[in-house]
Amino acid sequence: MQKVNEVQKLPAPLHRQTTPLKQKAGRLLKSYQLYLFVLPALLYYVVFHYVPMYGVQIAFKNFMAFKGISESPWVGFEHFERFFNSFEFTKIILNTIQLSLMQLILGFPAPIILALMLNQLMHKRFKKFVQTIIYAPHFISTVVIAGMLFLFLSPQTGFINKLIEGLGGEAVFFMGDPGWFRSVYVLSEIWQNTGWGTIIYLAALTSISPELHESAVVDGANKFQRIVHIDIPGIMPTAVILLILSTGNIMSLGFEKVYLMQTPLNLPTSEIISTYVYKTGLVGAQYSFSTAVGLFNSIINFVILLSVNQIAKKTSNTSLW
Amino acid sequence: MTLFKRSQADIWFDRINLLVIFTGLIIIIYPLYFVVIASVTDPGAVQTTLLWPEKFSLDGYKKILESENLWIGYKNSFIYAILGTVINLGLTLPAAYALSRKDMPGRNTIMLIITFTMFFSGGLIPTYLTVKELGMLDSVWAMVIPNAVGAWNLIIARTFFQSTIPDELLEAAKMDGCSDAMFFWRMVLPLSQALIAIMILFYGVAHWNSYFNALIYLRDQELYPLQLVLRSILIENQIQNDMMTDLSSMGDQLRAAELIKYGMIIIAALPLLILYPFLQNYFVKGVMIGSIKG
Repeated sequence: MQKVNEVQKLPAPLHRQTTPLKQKAGRLLKSYQLYLFVLPALLYYVVFHYVPMYGVQIAFKNFMAFKGISESPWVGFEHFERFFNSFEFTKIILNTIQLSLMQLILGFPAPIILALMLNQLMHKRFKKFVQTIIYAPHFISTVVIAGMLFLFLSPQTGFINKLIEGLGGEAVFFMGDPGWFRSVYVLSEIWQNTGWGTIIYLAALTSISPELHESAVVDGANKFQRIVHIDIPGIMPTAVILLILSTGNIMSLGFEKVYLMQTPLNLPTSEIISTYVYKTGLVGAQYSFSTAVGLFNSIINFVILLSVNQIAKKTSNTSLW
Repeated sequence: MTLFKRSQADIWFDRINLLVIFTGLIIIIYPLYFVVIASVTDPGAVQTTLLWPEKFSLDGYKKILESENLWIGYKNSFIYAILGTVINLGLTLPAAYALSRKDMPGRNTIMLIITFTMFFSGGLIPTYLTVKELGMLDSVWAMVIPNAVGAWNLIIARTFFQSTIPDELLEAAKMDGCSDAMFFWRMVLPLSQALIAIMILFYGVAHWNSYFNALIYLRDQELYPLQLVLRSILIENQIQNDMMTDLSSMGDQLRAAELIKYGMIIIAALPLLILYPFLQNYFVKGVMIGSIKG
C-alpha cells in the first residue's frame, strides 16, 4: 500500500515542471492508437484528393506524359484562353447553367412539399408504406435509369408514346430532340430522388415541438395555416443548408446521367462542362486543356458556394461555417 | 392532436392531400411495375401490354441467362461490391471513431482537411493521372481504392459515434485498463450495428451501381462490372447476335431486344430488391443521424 501511495504522489510535482510542449507530446503519445485509426483514411485523402489538387497545375502547363507533372513546361493561361475563345464555350456554359438552374428551381422544392404533405398523413402504417415506395427509385443505378428512359420514350415501342398516340397525339422522339432533353433530365431526376430527399425534412419536422401545433389549433388555425406558419419556418434552417450545398454544385451536374442520356441528336442542349471535360480529356487525350476547363468549373462552383453561404449567413443566420 | 375536431378546411385538406399522394405513388410505381410485366411478356405482345402481360413468356430471361457477358459482369460486380465495402468499412469506421473523440488533439484540423475535399477537387484528369501513376489502371484496385472513403459517410459515422457512445463508458473502460483499440473493438463496434448496416447499404449500393470508375479506368472486358455490360445493352443497343439467331424479321428482332432489356433491368436490380426490405429500417435512421448535426 505504501508503495502505491508513493507512486501516486510522484507525478504531481513532476507534472508542474514539464513544459506545455512536453505535455502536448504526452497527450499525443497517449492517444497514438487514435492516430493509427485515422492514418489510413488520411493517407487516402492525401493520395487521392490532395495529390490530384497538386496535379491541377497541368492546367497551366503543356503536360507531357514522359516528362511528368512537374517537369512539363509552363504555358500560363494559354489553355484557358483557348477554351474561352472556342466556339463551343458559350453554348456549353449556357447549357450547364440552364440545366442546373432548371434542376434547382424544380428539384429543390419538390422534397420539401412532399415532406410537408407526408407529415400530414394521420395513418401511421400508410405513411410508412408510402415512404418505402418513394425511397426505392433512389437505389436504381444511373445506367438503368437512362436505359429505362430510352425504353419508355422510344418513338416506336415506348409506353409513353403509346399513351400519347392512344390519346390521339403524335409520337415524340424525346431522346433525339434537343428541346426535350432538359425536361426529360429534370423530371426523371425528380422521379428518382424526391422521395429520398424527404427523409431529411421529415426528420426536421418531427423535431418541431407539438405544443406549437396544439396552441395553434386552440387559436383556430387549420392545417394549411399551420403548415405555413409553423412547419415551413421550422424546416427553414435545414432547407437553407441544403440549398447552400446544392448551389455549391451548381456547375457540376451529374456527369453520369447526362453522358448516358446523350445522343448525337440532342447534343445542342445536352453538352455540358463535365461531359466536355471527359470527352476532350480522356477520350481526346488533351490532358492540360481538359484540366483547365475542369479547374475553371471548380473555381466557379467554389465562388458560388462562398457567396451563397455569405448571403445565407447575413439574411437567415444559417450557414455552413 | 387527434383530441381536436377537424374543421371543414382540414377535411378538404386531407382529401386533396391523399389524392395528390396517391397520384404520386402511381407515378412512381407504374414505371417499375411496367418493367416487371414487360420482362415476362411474349415479344409479340409487348406492344399491347399496359396493365398485365398480354401473353406470358420467359423467353427473354432464357436468352439473358445464356449470355456470357452478363455472368462476367455479375461476378465482377459482386467482387467489387464485397471487396470495396470491406475496404470502405475498414477505413471509415476507425477514422470516424477517432475523429469523434473529443480528447483527440488535432481532430478539427483533420476534419477540415477531409471536408475541404467535398467542395474542391483536382478534377477528372489529375485524379486519373494519379490512379495511372499508381499502376492501378485495368485492375481490381481501380474499382475499390479511389473511392475508399466517402466524406459524407465518414461524417455520418462520426456523428453516430458522438451521439451514441457515452463518455462515461470510455472512462469506465479506461479505469479497467482498456486501450483505445480494445475499446473500439469490444465496445464501440458491437454498439454500432445500426450504423454498420447503413454503411454497408450506402457503400454496397454505390459499388453495385457505379459505372464511372469502370468507364475511365478499365479497358479489359473481362474486368467489366455489370453496369458497363448493362450500358452496352441498354444504351448502345449492343445485344449479342447469339441471342437473336432464331429471329428472322427486323420487327421480331427489335421486339426481342426490348424484352431482353427489360429482363436485364430486373436481373441487375435483383440483389438490391432482395436486400432492400431488410435494410430499409436502418437507412432512414442513417440519413437522420448524419443530417441533423451534419
